Amino acid sequence: MAMLSSLETLPRRQPATVAAIDWAQLALPEARRLRELGFDEGVGVEVLHRATLGSGPIACRIGRMTVALRRRVAASIRVAPGA
Amino acid sequence: MNAAPLVALVGNPNAGKSALFNALTGARQKVGNYPGVTVERHSGRLVLDDGRPVELVDLPGAYSLDPGSLDEQVTRNVVMGSQAGERRPDALVVVVDAANLDNHLRFTLQLIALGLPVVVALNMVDLAERDGLTLDADILARELGVTVIPTVAVRRRGLDALKAEIDRLVAQERAQAVASADQIDDIVTLQRRARRIASAATVAETPTRRWTHLFDSVALHPIVGPILLIALLFIMFQAVFAWSQTPVEWIEDGFKWLEIQAGLLLPEGWFRSLITDGLIAGVGAVIVFLPLILILFLFILVLEATGYMVRAAFLMDRLMAQVGLSGRAFIPLLSSFACAVPGIMATRTIDDEKDRLTTILIAPLMTCSARLPVYTIIISAFIPDRQVLPFVGLQGLVLLGLYLMGIVGAFVAALLLRRTVTKGASSGFMMEMPKYQWPHIRDVLLGLWSRALIFLKRAGTTIALTTVILWALLSFPKPPEGSGISPVDYSIAGRIASGIEVVVRPIGFNRDIALALVPAMAAREVAVAAIGTVYAIDDTEHEGGQKAMTDKLKRNWSLPTALAFLMWFVFAPQCISTIAVTRRETNGWKWPAFMVGYLFVTAYVMAGITYWLAVFAGL
Repeated sequence: MAMLSSLETLPRRQPATVAAIDWAQLALPEARRLRELGFDEGVGVEVLHRATLGSGPIACRIGRMTVALRRRVAASIRVAPGA
Repeated sequence: MNAAPLVALVGNPNAGKSALFNALTGARQKVGNYPGVTVERHSGRLVLDDGRPVELVDLPGAYSLDPGSLDEQVTRNVVMGSQAGERRPDALVVVVDAANLDNHLRFTLQLIALGLPVVVALNMVDLAERDGLTLDADILARELGVTVIPTVAVRRRGLDALKAEIDRLVAQERAQAVASADQIDDIVTLQRRARRIASAATVAETPTRRWTHLFDSVALHPIVGPILLIALLFIMFQAVFAWSQTPVEWIEDGFKWLEIQAGLLLPEGWFRSLITDGLIAGVGAVIVFLPLILILFLFILVLEATGYMVRAAFLMDRLMAQVGLSGRAFIPLLSSFACAVPGIMATRTIDDEKDRLTTILIAPLMTCSARLPVYTIIISAFIPDRQVLPFVGLQGLVLLGLYLMGIVGAFVAALLLRRTVTKGASSGFMMEMPKYQWPHIRDVLLGLWSRALIFLKRAGTTIALTTVILWALLSFPKPPEGSGISPVDYSIAGRIASGIEVVVRPIGFNRDIALALVPAMAAREVAVAAIGTVYAIDDTEHEGGQKAMTDKLKRNWSLPTALAFLMWFVFAPQCISTIAVTRRETNGWKWPAFMVGYLFVTAYVMAGITYWLAVFAGL
């Protein structure tokens, strides 16, 4: 399990699967919105774009949807390689 | 039950709900407000095949019944039957994006569980097919236990079948008791069920959204993306000012004609003065901004309809995060360049309350179109028309500087507010990025039309009333015959100005300015007309009038005074409509009072600094 990377560091265009979400890292409304946007264990995920170098948000595909989120949130999403 | 049955359109954001609503109701729609909140209520009339009417209401898009934003709260309350001023719907049309089934079905399941009669509109099936997704509506219907009708709102596909099903649903007796929210499964369970159903109904699937990804690789590119955004904004502002010139002239001419006609028809006296100087001139001064506002909204509506606006928010998020806001605040702030009123109304989509409040408080710092007439006249009077660089004039540079001053001021204000009065955990930025779509002219025009109506209604009520009050303050009491006192000085407004003058003297303002500040509360641009009146120039529009006005200004004002006046207008919260909409959006007087206070103090300090710096610099 320790080898899992997070969505924040996942290379672009590399299909992966959500392995676990560290809900404790997230504020309540944030966690709710994340669930509503379809983030859940076992769902396919892929990083599509990163805004400006450094600390901008990232755009990722979750299921069939594209979602923008901040890096801090992405860091709490553990992913396993492979769709 | 003699009222027409109420049917609500409900679904996720970006499900194509509004397009379906427009296709079903056409131009027979009404935009109102839910009482107590400023969420717009879009309703329209749908006529069934046998001629019976149904009232259709388009609820704000929501992700679930667990509300995050004000908009979502209204949606939840309406379907639960607890929204003040709204009946509980007799049936629901749940709109889902066919290309986004796994996500949209979760909300659908929640809605079906409520027990109201439901029909699902499987919308945008054409785009889903183009995307390589083949769905089986029958399997979906069986899994959900309700009728599913594939639709393409913009091509009017499936509308007849949908109408027939609505007919069937509203004819039914409502039998079953309705479930309460807490009986419904939790979101994770529902989400998993939704995914299972979606995959059962999916016949074939290929990777998603080729076009959208292609566009995004340009629009969201770390370097090309921001350049594209700046270019778009530049074109937008150019267009707002270039395209509006001709219609603005028409409106001005129209009102001048009205004034003359009214002058000819009415006998000399206070009533004629009320109608021509008060009502027609006052309302006219505001309506001339209609073209600017409509052009700006045209751009904003098109950027929203195409899906680009979310990309702009994405690009701006990093910058906004520096001052404790999120990319979402970009959209309302952009609207505020036309007018802070719609800008403040657009903050409703911001989930985080503190974030939203901060955005409302800084929105008046975006240079709205009403400041432009004031800036223009002062700049043309005091700033020499000189080229600094090829194609770069000094006057234009000063104007740009004033815009930038407002933006910088807004950022500094946000930074300070987020550390003090609107302190809180840094809000997040999480947004669905819809696929790019070609905007539909009909939907854009309907949007523009409803904006124009709102604006004209406001001009006809609030603004008409305030201009009449201001006219009265400027006209009464009349000085005694032969006293030699000017009527303006003797009027109530003149006396108020004498009081204000004492306060604004230290920042270099003279009595004329003090007088202009009173009517400028109604609408900033009135300041120009007010100064004109003081100098007994009744018409600033004519070439000669304008020239005479700038000459008088040059004689009566020093350069430091003029610069201080410009700086004042960058910050001063001078517009009653903005204060009123802030009160409505924040449900009370506390925040508008705070906004007025902090902006007046800032305006005073900044104008004072400008004045004294200019004086010491020997200008």
